[in-house]
Amino acid sequence: MTEIFGVPTQALFGQLLIGLINGSFYALLSLGLAVIFGLLNIINFTHGAQYMMGAFVAYLLANKAGMGYWWSLAIVPLAVGVTGVVIERLMLSRLYKLDHLYGLLLTFGLALIIQGLFRNEYGTSGLPYSMPEQLSGGRNLGFMFLPNYRAWVIVASLVTCIVTWFVIERTKLGSYLRAATENPALVQAFGINVPRMITLTYGFGVALAALAGVMAAPIYQVSPQMGADLIIVVFAVVVIGGMGSIMGSILTGFGLGLVEGLTKVFYPEASNTVIFVIMAIVLMIKPAGLFGTQK
Amino acid sequence: MAAFFLLAPLAVYPVFLMKAMCFALFACAFNLLIGFGGLLSFGHAMFLGTAGYAAAHAAKVWAFPPEFAILFGTAAAAGLGLVTGLLAIRRQGIYFAMITLALSQMVYFFYLQAAFTHGEDGIQAVPRGTLFGFIDLANVWAMYFTVFTIFLAGFVLIYRVIHSPFGQVLKAIRENEQRAISLGYDINRYKLLAYVLSATLAGLAGATKALVFQLASLTDAHWSMSGEVVLMTLLGGLGTVFGPVAGAFIIISLETYLAQLGAWVTIVQGIIFVICVLTFRRGVIGELGNWLKKPL
Repeated sequence: MTEIFGVPTQALFGQLLIGLINGSFYALLSLGLAVIFGLLNIINFTHGAQYMMGAFVAYLLANKAGMGYWWSLAIVPLAVGVTGVVIERLMLSRLYKLDHLYGLLLTFGLALIIQGLFRNEYGTSGLPYSMPEQLSGGRNLGFMFLPNYRAWVIVASLVTCIVTWFVIERTKLGSYLRAATENPALVQAFGINVPRMITLTYGFGVALAALAGVMAAPIYQVSPQMGADLIIVVFAVVVIGGMGSIMGSILTGFGLGLVEGLTKVFYPEASNTVIFVIMAIVLMIKPAGLFGTQK
Repeated sequence: MAAFFLLAPLAVYPVFLMKAMCFALFACAFNLLIGFGGLLSFGHAMFLGTAGYAAAHAAKVWAFPPEFAILFGTAAAAGLGLVTGLLAIRRQGIYFAMITLALSQMVYFFYLQAAFTHGEDGIQAVPRGTLFGFIDLANVWAMYFTVFTIFLAGFVLIYRVIHSPFGQVLKAIRENEQRAISLGYDINRYKLLAYVLSATLAGLAGATKALVFQLASLTDAHWSMSGEVVLMTLLGGLGTVFGPVAGAFIIISLETYLAQLGAWVTIVQGIIFVICVLTFRRGVIGELGNWLKKPL
């Protein structure tokens, strides 16, 4: 067994793989947050709860309706996205005229409600979700063993992130979105239905969170607490990447996942805090975030 | 209000009232920052937790008498406030909230692993000691009036700060920062001072609470505690003087008397949050003040 920097290669690459997987979840979730923040200027604290809802709906589909993983991948983001649209229409849209902090407080309250309801129903211990057979097993790459499902998670989230980035930055629909971020009144004067776009954008961001939840279900246990502590780390990722930047959140998500994985190998006690320390450093040097622009 | 707290322990369980007063002071300190400074800090739990751990450690391991333990805890929170304030003041609005949240999470993880906090167990059996050498704080009444005095002192301090020239400048900065800058005020210094003051008083609340319950635990440093203080202040009324006290009282009563319902407490808190933000933005005391047509 060869060693790099005194750590066996199996352990190093194993942790890097875990880091990449964590990074793909950070990237997916921070992408959803960045999309929502870019257009609505609201920090969606409910994101963690919606991620958890995605995992739970997948679990319920599997156990109550007998529908497997691939069905869930298609249905769950749509279902949870619809709840997001309802939330936006009924509650968030009333807050746009006020200070943006009220949006944060509202979504925080909603997160408390959703998490409380699920905890009431399912308790705090996790529920199992079985992996789809087509993706189970793994292959031996020589320097490490790569489980197939992990590889699928990384590839799927990379593809989703890049497709989202492409739609927002390079297509006509994306340009309407970006224009509406800068000057909604003017864009609406041109005849584009801005409120409907905002609602659908929020729904899309929520759907991204739910998609991450479905993908997380086989690896992490499905529990009501799964979103709660993850969301704070994702906030830190978004702050580091720059709050409105799409590519920034994708790159920092993957990058920070890798950094966290490396820290776990060389200095495990700091692995929880390393992302926050990086955030503090970035804020001192470049307050707008690595890829953000000063607003 | 002073009369209420003086007479209430004859009817209601004193420890419950002491808990309510500590959280009321915490909420008042938080309100100083958001109601009058316009800065939403989502990380105030780190001050409560730091002061609690510092005071508990000082009282138990270093055998400080209670007045010095509380002072030490408050000083620790003030120091943390200075350091985090220097970092966080650079940004405003939502960014400020997120930065304080992440900093508080960093402090939480530090306490989770540090040896002196004993992790999940917390620092238990903190001795209350004898105040000034002759008042034995194991007596519930002595402790009650000590906590009452501390709470009143903190409250009066906040009241004086709010109604001082410093407080007026703070309100000006909240309303229109650009204009305050153009008038020549160094807004960063004012904001930092408000932040450190808020942190210090939150620390005072935390240190006192550690002595009341004789326990310093991780819950005091977790971000859900930050969320609770936001809820208390929002419910009571942002920017009112008595609002946070009322809000703290209501939420603590809710938690204590609904505790058997388990997870429903979280759900009720969330519902209160949502209702307050959507329709009840002035809060209980704010609505009362609006009805009585005078500021409360």
